[in-house]
Amino acid sequence: MHVPDGFIDAPVSAVAGVIAAAGIAVSLRGSRRELDDLTAPLAGLTAAFVFAAQMLNFPVAGGTSGHLLGGALAAILVGPFTGVLVVSVVLAVQALIFADGGLTALGVNITIMAVVTAAVGYGVFRLLVRVLPRSRPSATAAAFVAALVSVPASALSFVAFYAVGGTTDVPLSTVVPAMLGVHVLIGLGEALITALTVSSVLAVRPDLVHGARGLSEPLRLVVNEPRRPEEAAS
Amino acid sequence: MSLRRLLALGVLVAAVLAGIVSYYASSHPDGLERVAEDKGFNAEEKDHALGDSPLADYGVKGVADERASVGLSGIIGVGVVLVAGTGLFWMLRGRPDGGGEPAEPAGKTRA
Repeated sequence: MHVPDGFIDAPVSAVAGVIAAAGIAVSLRGSRRELDDLTAPLAGLTAAFVFAAQMLNFPVAGGTSGHLLGGALAAILVGPFTGVLVVSVVLAVQALIFADGGLTALGVNITIMAVVTAAVGYGVFRLLVRVLPRSRPSATAAAFVAALVSVPASALSFVAFYAVGGTTDVPLSTVVPAMLGVHVLIGLGEALITALTVSSVLAVRPDLVHGARGLSEPLRLVVNEPRRPEEAAS
Repeated sequence: MSLRRLLALGVLVAAVLAGIVSYYASSHPDGLERVAEDKGFNAEEKDHALGDSPLADYGVKGVADERASVGLSGIIGVGVVLVAGTGLFWMLRGRPDGGGEPAEPAGKTRA
């Protein structure tokens, strides 16, 4: 989904830059509440993992590929604000060192691939976790759906920039269905990778999954309970 | 699993994915590239300003072997992102119980 230079005109790219900067500023503030001595290194690792996963283009229909965007995954693992920053770090490194994603398009890319995916992904995830029974399979299913939805949402946010600042005159009635169709397919890949990763971390350290912290609390109570009589006896 | 062990395992997984598995990734255009090409909204696309940089397009300039070139660029990328990300998030972290407020001046610690 990395937008190259020249798809979106200069004024709208500048507006996107302002939106991205605002998103990062809000996330820098919000992330302080999410990050501590345990989660800070985990967030760094999440960024490295998202970078690695983004190199792995998987085939979807008809000579087309897709790769993980990672915003939903990062938001679920380390929190929505930190999630925005995780993907932003990846996008900045890709644009500056790997010539992937245009420099003038960096604002567009951060907006559609970091801000939108983390916000939509986390929103859907929390909503589902609230209505589903409290369990690890529920959290995994919620991660799947959240990631699936985040990709077409990102594609639509690209279309929104294209609608106001596209450098070509291809009608939206052509762009929207084509972008949505292929990105629903890519979203399935995103959903699989996200669900697999979230369920793996839930299996070993559920307390470290930001979006599922409520799940690990009952466990702690059960673990602590038998100790009480011993303490009283000693 | 200890956090240290989880982190080590995670870094290993990321390094294997970027350093080895990446060679087998699909080289077809991604969803946006494909749609832009098919529908023609890439007509004004410009080459990347840093397209000649030593790691452009996930290869190491001067490394002829494709497998080594992609893998090495992936490992370098994982390293750069890991260091930059961990550094940033370590600076941003609040105190474990501090509700996100920046570290308070000394003297409030229990004595």
